[in-house]
Amino acid sequence: MDPLLIVNNLVTQFIIPEGTVYAVNGISFHINPGETLAVVGESGCGKSVSMLSVMGLIPTPPGKIVHGEAIYGERNLFTLNEEEMEKIRGKEIAMVFQDPMTSLNPVLTIGRQITEALACHLGMTSIEARDKAINLLEMVGIPEARNRLDDYPHQFSGGMRQRVMIAMALSCNPNLLIADEPTTALDVTIQAQIVELVIQLKQQRNMAVIWITHDLGVVAGIADRVNVMYAGFIVEEANVDDLYENPHHPYTQGLLGSLPRVDRRRDRKLISIPGSPPSLLVKPKGCPFRPRCQYAREICQIETPQLRNISQNHRVACWINVENGEQISG
Amino acid sequence: MDSEPLVNVARLKKYFPVSKGLLFQKQTGFVKAVDDVSFEIFRGETLGLVGESGCGKTTVGRTILGLYPITEGKVLIENIDVAKAHGKELHQLRQKAQMIFQDPYASLNPRWTVSAIISEPIRVHHLSQSEAEKTERVQELMQLVGLSPRLINRFPHEFSGGQRQRIGVARALASQPDFIVCDEPISALDVSIQAQVVNLLEDLQDRLNLTYLFIAHDLSMVRHICDRVAVMYLGTIVESADRDELYEQPLHPYTKALLSAVPIPDPKKDRNRHRIILQGDVPSPINPPNGCRFHTRCPIAKQYCKEQTPQFREVGQSHWVACHEIA
Repeated sequence: MDPLLIVNNLVTQFIIPEGTVYAVNGISFHINPGETLAVVGESGCGKSVSMLSVMGLIPTPPGKIVHGEAIYGERNLFTLNEEEMEKIRGKEIAMVFQDPMTSLNPVLTIGRQITEALACHLGMTSIEARDKAINLLEMVGIPEARNRLDDYPHQFSGGMRQRVMIAMALSCNPNLLIADEPTTALDVTIQAQIVELVIQLKQQRNMAVIWITHDLGVVAGIADRVNVMYAGFIVEEANVDDLYENPHHPYTQGLLGSLPRVDRRRDRKLISIPGSPPSLLVKPKGCPFRPRCQYAREICQIETPQLRNISQNHRVACWINVENGEQISG
Repeated sequence: MDSEPLVNVARLKKYFPVSKGLLFQKQTGFVKAVDDVSFEIFRGETLGLVGESGCGKTTVGRTILGLYPITEGKVLIENIDVAKAHGKELHQLRQKAQMIFQDPYASLNPRWTVSAIISEPIRVHHLSQSEAEKTERVQELMQLVGLSPRLINRFPHEFSGGQRQRIGVARALASQPDFIVCDEPISALDVSIQAQVVNLLEDLQDRLNLTYLFIAHDLSMVRHICDRVAVMYLGTIVESADRDELYEQPLHPYTKALLSAVPIPDPKKDRNRHRIILQGDVPSPINPPNGCRFHTRCPIAKQYCKEQTPQFREVGQSHWVACHEIA
């Protein structure tokens, strides 16, 4: 099976008065049709910027895709002009954002906002589009969808707004849905509703999903494969079961160790990772995690480790074999 | 822990008036943010207060410290009646009970140096004899929370989120309190930083014999840090119990749903878990449902749940619940 999307060596930077922000520093990944890929990392690790780059949504200036390609079908998305990109964005690759209040237009009814995409991408008449919009709202579980079409975003709750966003994203039957922290602003019971909904819709439509999040709990429930990002690099990449059973990168281990468990009695203090993530204004050199890493060696200061296979479908970017603490031969 | 509670909250109510109109405002009703809440916190203990946004947990925290006037009910902190305290007594209360806020960006004055921020409580409560002693005390506090005393003259914007939260903790400790309300102290922080702050709060509790009210929506973290947990829904406490009892034997249908919705960072376990997915959203606290407030979303609601408010009663050893369906 050919991958749906392949991203090679993506470098995205922002030029601001204080200097250059090294947001994404040469990452490569792919996603297969029908697969759910989770991208995990803390704020500023480049998880959102890398996806916005793929979608052609990086504001230029100050942002700039310095390097890389994003192969979708036969085409490199980075070489398309705005008109060509508009045909793909929203139709073939759709996106759902974190904050449903700021990503919906507050002065337009939600009916108007959903039908816009339908009229634009599928050329529907307004009556057809309206019927389709009602269908979509019913599909995402909005009660009395017909009556709610003429409501404004503020008349919906946070969870309902996120459902509206998902309905809009799915309106043109995309092959790939990129969900950027779609449940971060929501309460746990509502988060469970949305996660359930996305899993269900994905199965019905055989759609691929990239789920961006900082929550390793949510990832465990939804992902097939996981990319862990740190300071603009992918540091570990694995099948979901592998990653949780056998985390290899010291950062991944630290993250999993710092999580308390709702299903277990407390048996120890939390393991915390000392320090904080590096400033993105400094040009990266060596391993980005080195200042916080307990295994750090001399080589970690000099050379950035590349992703290497440690088993099938499990890759890690680290100079140290954490199982025996020895340096790998580069 | 001794048998006399440090904090005693009895039938606390906090209503906020809702008004309409721009010029001639007319009061049209109340937001019943906290409606008849009672609990005790013992010395040296951490009580967790959990619930979803809008359930009134933050309002409880602020009201018991007297930051909002109490609508009805009684709050005693170290035998000081919060509603009636004034003058010297109020001053004493402010010294003994402190707060750590959620947002480390908004809760520190950007124009004040760390030194000014941390020393304010020392100044207000006359806890030092001289300038030099005050500076020494600030440096001590900075060290206590894991900040380098060399940074004493820096401004808040020069610190990261986790460091700012440490400044907030140092400020709360400056007046030598016994009781601290921690209002979502870690929810604005990144995962790898959360563990640092939680470990710090635990260390300080051991060293200084502090009592915490820990307000949070992260149920995993609450299980880790709290001794007892109270679950709030729409302005009332629906269940409270010792930590492991609550997480292993939840009784109230809301607690069950809430716990089942928390994701577990273990893919195999998470996949095979039975999830109770609640339908719909939390109703408005302006017009809360009659009877049991949870009946509109409750999977086991009966007719009488719509009519009668369930009593909050003890059903097991220090396990309290408000539900008609529990024998």
